[in-house]
Amino acid sequence: MNTIILTMLLAIPILGGLLVLFLKDEQKKLIRWFGLIVSLITFFISLIALQKFDSANPNFQLIHQIIWIKSLNISYLVGVDGISLILVLLTTFLTPLTFLSTWKAIDKKLKMFTFSMLLLEAGMIGVFISLDVFLFYIFWEMMLIPMYFIIGIWGGERRIYAAVKFFIFTMFGSLLMLVAIIWLAVYSSGMNGIFTTNLIELYKISPTIPMQIQSWMFGAFFLSFAIKVPLFPLHTWLPDAHVEAPTAGSVILAGVLLKMGTYGLVRFCLPLFPQAAVNYAPIISVFAVIGVIYGALVSMVQTDMKKLVAYSSVSHLGFVVLGIFAMTVESVQGAVIQMVNHGLSTGALFLLVGVVYERTHKREIAFYGGIAKLVPLFSTALMIAMLSSVGLPGLNGFIGEFLILIGSFKSPVLNSFWFTAFAATGVIFAAVYLLWMYQRVVFGKVTNPVLEKELTDLNKREFVVLIPIFIFIVWIGIYPSTFLNLTEPSVKNILQQISQTTVNFLK
Amino acid sequence: MINLIYLTVLLPLIGFLFNGLFGSKIKNEKIIGIIGSSTVGISFLIVVGAFIQTLSLPVEQRSNTVEIFTWLNVAGLNIKFAYLVDQLSLTMGLIVTGVGFLIHIYSIGYMHGDKGYWRFFSYLNLFIFAMMNLILGDNFLVLFLGWEGVGLCSYLLIGFWYDRNFEKGTTSQAAKKAFVVNRIGDFGFLLGMFLIYFTFDSLNFKEVFAKATTFPVTETTFSLIALFLFIGATGKSAQIPLFVWLPDAMAGPTPVSALIHAATMVTAGVYMVSRASILFASAPSIMIVVAVIGLLTALMAASIGLVQNDIKKVLAYSTVSQLGYMFLAAGVGAFSASIFHVMTHAFFKALLFLGAGSVIHGMHEEQNIQNYGGLKKYMPKTYITFFIATLAITGVPGLSGFFSKDEILWNAYANGSFVFWLIGVLTAMMTAFYMFRLLSLTFYGNERFDHHHVHPHESPAVMTVPLMILAFLSVVGGFVGMPKVFVGEHGNLFENWLEPIYKPAQLKLAHFGMHSHFEEILLMAISVVLALSAIYFALKVYTQKPEIAESVSSKFKGLYNLLLNKYFVDEIYEASVVQPIQKGSEKLLWKFADVKIIDGAVNGVALLIDKLAEQIKKIQTGFVQYYALVMIAGIAVVLFFLLFSL
Repeated sequence: MNTIILTMLLAIPILGGLLVLFLKDEQKKLIRWFGLIVSLITFFISLIALQKFDSANPNFQLIHQIIWIKSLNISYLVGVDGISLILVLLTTFLTPLTFLSTWKAIDKKLKMFTFSMLLLEAGMIGVFISLDVFLFYIFWEMMLIPMYFIIGIWGGERRIYAAVKFFIFTMFGSLLMLVAIIWLAVYSSGMNGIFTTNLIELYKISPTIPMQIQSWMFGAFFLSFAIKVPLFPLHTWLPDAHVEAPTAGSVILAGVLLKMGTYGLVRFCLPLFPQAAVNYAPIISVFAVIGVIYGALVSMVQTDMKKLVAYSSVSHLGFVVLGIFAMTVESVQGAVIQMVNHGLSTGALFLLVGVVYERTHKREIAFYGGIAKLVPLFSTALMIAMLSSVGLPGLNGFIGEFLILIGSFKSPVLNSFWFTAFAATGVIFAAVYLLWMYQRVVFGKVTNPVLEKELTDLNKREFVVLIPIFIFIVWIGIYPSTFLNLTEPSVKNILQQISQTTVNFLK
Repeated sequence: MINLIYLTVLLPLIGFLFNGLFGSKIKNEKIIGIIGSSTVGISFLIVVGAFIQTLSLPVEQRSNTVEIFTWLNVAGLNIKFAYLVDQLSLTMGLIVTGVGFLIHIYSIGYMHGDKGYWRFFSYLNLFIFAMMNLILGDNFLVLFLGWEGVGLCSYLLIGFWYDRNFEKGTTSQAAKKAFVVNRIGDFGFLLGMFLIYFTFDSLNFKEVFAKATTFPVTETTFSLIALFLFIGATGKSAQIPLFVWLPDAMAGPTPVSALIHAATMVTAGVYMVSRASILFASAPSIMIVVAVIGLLTALMAASIGLVQNDIKKVLAYSTVSQLGYMFLAAGVGAFSASIFHVMTHAFFKALLFLGAGSVIHGMHEEQNIQNYGGLKKYMPKTYITFFIATLAITGVPGLSGFFSKDEILWNAYANGSFVFWLIGVLTAMMTAFYMFRLLSLTFYGNERFDHHHVHPHESPAVMTVPLMILAFLSVVGGFVGMPKVFVGEHGNLFENWLEPIYKPAQLKLAHFGMHSHFEEILLMAISVVLALSAIYFALKVYTQKPEIAESVSSKFKGLYNLLLNKYFVDEIYEASVVQPIQKGSEKLLWKFADVKIIDGAVNGVALLIDKLAEQIKKIQTGFVQYYALVMIAGIAVVLFFLLFSL
């Protein structure tokens, strides 16, 4: 059981996705339930994986290996540590919720949609559990395709533009990464005689790569991940993709897909190329901090709610990148928990925007106003999601931001408190852009008579979608140890790998 | 009772959840009001119990920690959810739950009939929950949790009537402004915390303060820490330059103004400075900054208060001004005096606001004092209590405000400078003037309201009884802190009680030049005489000769307008900060940098490739003859090279 549990985690959504193709197009209700149940089973299995996981052990666990391409020594190799496990859980947790959230909204080509979503889920899980670089690359590319279709088929008016832009941006980065992967594997065969893409093997070999070559490899990996994050100034695909994607797409995009970029940084960039990572950490952190402020400022002046939330992601992910490259236990722990937080709070925000969009088909802030009176439950839910995103102590967002900031403040790699000082202004701007939006949408008098006709409050289904998210928003805010303890050994392990090989860099 | 202190946090939280979740279903207002008030009432009793218990302990055992659970534990950062029960937190706890309870009771009457009744009580309970965390937290992070929490409640309650207009904008604009300005302060607070953790490797009060006296830390570091923390305090406690949110906070219901924006939350900054006294005392230059900012704020706000016509606005600026006094006290090292003033101010200012609420209630929501007049006979209970509070704030000898203000002024002179004292006394004169102007215009003189539409009436007992209790406290509250010059070196009970808290700080502060009793009594007498003359003048002008006020204001029209428009600070901030950021973000960052440059470059590359492909495409003509021609040309070139290289 222990060895195949991760494989089951991959197989079930794939099998489910294939099975759904055999259903008839007209059996909409069945298809919906099918998608939901398959994703719930996946979630259940991920919980079993969590139960089998030993959080005190920093090494990869639940490993399953099958030789795949023997001549190249490539194998199907999956396993998790605390960091990957928590992101797998985030994925399997959010996917059923997105199925529920689109219960009514998606009607066109429902079968294809369910298929795409399940395939996407498998791709995302695959990315987080692959321990073979080649396998990782396959999954990394694989989830591009369902996402492309989700935006391109079920998206808004400019969906084709957004989908193509999303595809080309990420594809561009991935190709460079592929080159680096091959280079890395070839290099390792020169070092110890075997061509290998096994990550655990590569961890041992790659830090011995000379700095100059390492910088190039680091650069190729980094670029690919930075586009996915997205790090300023590579972010412009994100607002378009978010705005045009259907609610389910936005939730998955913000909730999980962006985390693949930051996960890649933690899993590959840092431990594979430690010297280069330490060397470039300050300059990368500069871009991260610019992203924090820039994303917040641009978010502030948006007129479209979805775009506003999209730019806020740029700001939040800036925090995560800063935390990763500050390379202290506090900051990386903060970055990992912030990945989860962002998935929850931004996921909730997109869901809520989706709720009103479903009713009025308008996303413009100016269209709304004074809806507190019409939809009190919705307004309360939006308030909670907003406060979580703003980083109010007692809710999840604060824990992540605080750990990132306090960790980067004392970071020997960055060695300057200015990063923290500038990034901390993000807490001010976050309050500005979200509260301002809230004020214009929710407070005041009802400005638009159309709203009184069309807007109805949260229904039971939407409630069921939001409540689990809110439970975790509060849980992480008040008792984060449950989650931090899961990842701490792994984070320490990675940082140790770095410090072993970069002693000279850190005085 | 000390071990039960967590209940003072838990009960209001339960009250918040109960009223918040089920309040909308409960049709009976009374149930909501009683639940909301009783959670705070019981909390008050628990604090009293803990206070008595602590009092019975020997001095060195009066600081106790009650641990609840570990909040955050990452690497070396270990933060417990723990409450520190000591002299300072108990004092603040008594004020918050005591005054808070009275205001809850008052609200039962004041909010009667409001359709957001349940929401109001649930927010009010949430506020007490956050405020208790703020004052009981045994480390900076729990304090910060409360700090942000009270900010949230302030936001929710300022915007409570979310569909109403307020002055030129809306209540929700005022609410947002309060939150954002507070966040600017919080930014400072956060940096202060980071630097504390960086320097002392802890955020726990006891550990940090112990290390502050033993660690070799440079004065620059201390100065930065103190400065950052003080920036946080200027936000929460409405000091220059971040005071602008508090006057707008008056958009909220009046009990909120009394509880949050006068008696408790706004004093959080004073509490924090007082709690971290050792850090401030180790940074003498920042102590001066604190004192000067406090003094300037006191003076500026009092001068604005002279000409305002909205009853709540006058009281709001008065609050800003009084908070300035508290920082003046802290800045000259008189931390105990600053907390003493927090207490007396909580009594009389809460009373003033609640009295104002009673007047507004009786005057059908009219807030302009120019439209009041002669209300004394219509609402006698409100009048008497308001009058007592006015005497207290103006520093008439014997009342609570006199003792606390006098202690601050004396310390400003003895440990600061004569100029500090002088400006302090000038401010006290202004205070006396604007308060008696307010009193006269409201309760004395001609009735200037429209008798056909407005029928002034006294408020019900549920509102007036809290007024009377607060009036009683405003009278006697000062006796616990009588000046040493009258009661001897150990006669000041309040100072003795808090003394152990400030001991490390007092050891750091080298002060106390010798001053004679005569000096102290002389200065006290001067300030009393000046205040009394200001009172006399105000009564004279506003009850008998209102034409003097008009002629003065028309003679000094420029100055009058400057004060009436609050020195145009809001307008200056709008033009120099808000607009540039907003316009810059929209025009420069979004529409230019993001759309034109970054996206332009991306789309430009795409377009270039497209165009290039368009050209290359032309080679694919499909004519076999053409391909043959190219082939032959190719062979010719290759042959040519081959021959040439041979």
